[in-house]
Amino acid sequence: MEKELFQKMAQSVLDGDSDTASALAKEAVDAGIDPLDAITKGFVTGVNKVGESFACGQAFLPELVMAGEAMKAAVAALEPEMQKRGVQPTMLGKVVLATVEGDIHEIGKSLVGTMLSASGFQVYDLGVDIPAARIIAKVKEVDADIVGLSALLTTTMVKQKEVIDELDKLGLRKKVKVMVGGAPVTRDWVQKIEADGYSEDAIGAVAVAKQILGL
Amino acid sequence: MICPKVELLDIDLVNQIISEGIAILENPGIRVHNQEALEILANAGAKVDFQAQVAWIPEKITRQALKTVPHEFTLFDLNGNPAVHYFGDKIHFDPGSGGLTIIDSQTERPRLPLTNDLIKFVKLVETLPQIDAQSTAFVCSDVTPEIGDLYRLYLALIYMNKPIITGAFRKDTWWTMKEMLSAVAGGDKALALRPTAVFDVCPSPPLLWSDTTCQNLIDCARFSIPAQLISMPLAGATAPVTLAGAVVQHTAESLSGVVIHQLVKEGAPIVWGGSPAIFDMREGSTPMGAVETWMINSACVQIGKALGLPTHVYMGMSDTKIIDAQCGLESMGSNFVAAVSGANMISGCGMLDLESCLSFEKLVIDAEMIGMVKRFVKGIEVRDNPIALSLMQKYGHKGEFLTLPHTRKWYREEQYLPSEVIDRCSYEGWKSRGEKSTFERARERVEKLITGYQPTKVTEELRQELRAITLRAAQSFGMQSLPPLPQGE
Repeated sequence: MEKELFQKMAQSVLDGDSDTASALAKEAVDAGIDPLDAITKGFVTGVNKVGESFACGQAFLPELVMAGEAMKAAVAALEPEMQKRGVQPTMLGKVVLATVEGDIHEIGKSLVGTMLSASGFQVYDLGVDIPAARIIAKVKEVDADIVGLSALLTTTMVKQKEVIDELDKLGLRKKVKVMVGGAPVTRDWVQKIEADGYSEDAIGAVAVAKQILGL
Repeated sequence: MICPKVELLDIDLVNQIISEGIAILENPGIRVHNQEALEILANAGAKVDFQAQVAWIPEKITRQALKTVPHEFTLFDLNGNPAVHYFGDKIHFDPGSGGLTIIDSQTERPRLPLTNDLIKFVKLVETLPQIDAQSTAFVCSDVTPEIGDLYRLYLALIYMNKPIITGAFRKDTWWTMKEMLSAVAGGDKALALRPTAVFDVCPSPPLLWSDTTCQNLIDCARFSIPAQLISMPLAGATAPVTLAGAVVQHTAESLSGVVIHQLVKEGAPIVWGGSPAIFDMREGSTPMGAVETWMINSACVQIGKALGLPTHVYMGMSDTKIIDAQCGLESMGSNFVAAVSGANMISGCGMLDLESCLSFEKLVIDAEMIGMVKRFVKGIEVRDNPIALSLMQKYGHKGEFLTLPHTRKWYREEQYLPSEVIDRCSYEGWKSRGEKSTFERARERVEKLITGYQPTKVTEELRQELRAITLRAAQSFGMQSLPPLPQGE
């Protein structure tokens, strides 16, 4: 019985069907199923299947992104029950994402957010044109493990350094790892500003995030 | 006589796309993060939310802008001669712009470009007759990033004769760049009368004008400096995944640019341009070598022509990292589609790696492609009447056409004569010439062409003035001196 429900949950993620995922989550709660089981035995199975499918070239970004959305919907639907029971799904880490001040380019950062989210990170995406102060505030508020900074212009890339300098000044640099990205970002720049990690594309970002957290 | 042309949309589809573009400006409207533009739109009768920074532009305002927009304009070279006629199906080519890296001729791998690289690139463009205009090809890494845009223009202006397609990265540097162009032209009025430069201005997909680029658009209009709209929907990521849907978004974004521009100054020159692409669903990248990218660009040009505007595309590029077979096939396919689409300015030659890298060798190879496609669109002309009947009656049974004055008279017109970059000799010939690859032949040709570069007539006085303007800007951003120019220049 449970097994069937878990299979349906996995399928809803595979299908990228947020509405069904949400409904199945509520069904599980009503049936008294442990929400963490619903996640790990049901929905996450679907996420893993999509990931494998993507890796061998059968599924593509739309499937991956929609699976991520379905996963988010399921977790949101299970949230009240998890609060009640005082449990939290084990996340790999907390990541604050932002495109730096003066820059409005978004698609790469959003893709990274989706990939991280689908891989088990808790992602807080602040959006675009975010001043360093706001980024730092969020990092402190959620106790982030990683802050990811995106910039598409050579003229705004320098703001990545500003955030790192601020973290340093506030004594947070040791605790928070910094990932940077965007078209003008090169290995030289990453070394110069002493960021912890960098990926040229969204897909590689997940591996980098795991690696810098020692996972 | 037919000049070959490709049209991907039938007239009903063209009209529907334009209608939807206009309707989008009414609902959901266009996001405009520039205060002055919002005010201009509000004063013209658009509904504007200054807090949310959104404007809803009624159809009649859009239609009015389309009435006042000029159907053509001419770019002049630095000797005052007309050089590029943005009109009808006349095609012209300029290199890709805004690159961050350059392919090193020895290692064949990318590196950060320096002042001397841009100078060499500008000179190379001057020596290639197939290329009609310069571009501010890449950002020099040996100057502070804040002057990245104007520094390229400074270097180009002291080595070029051809007109230039450029763009600013900031609001303040646009003024410095205008000051330079004005100095060369002999004043703002002279510059407006005989423009030598076009400024690219880019809305951000979907449906957003950023503060910087919108301000550039307004300032260009004010001074009658031709503005080239570069809307760049990414189909499936920042635009609808359907090719037709991406064209609709391009239409809406471009119309909004035309409206704002014409409200600032009716009749100011503007180009219906773009750099749309599909979004690669595996790599999450923006492939300029994808055939669907070419199709979207071609369709956007068709829409621009239907509206009576000069047109532009970003094509002729490849997504490869090295100059290999993929580089050749993507660049050629793209150049070909662009040419037979009749885009007035085709930006992209010399550029590779997802619009991020330039190469001297690729530029030289692309010049051959451009020569070929320009020849193609000239079509098959009838040189004599009868075409060949009299010739055949006289020489048809002898067959020695190589000896005829007729052959000598027409062969240069009939055939595009490629450089040694294109190998057409025998196998033994290729062996004896060193068994070189296309890249190797191109590399040699780069060096040969550079030695043939002729310095321009730019006066020492003007050179000093331009350097002073550049230095002032650099110093305002904390850079005390500029990199030296090459010796003896």
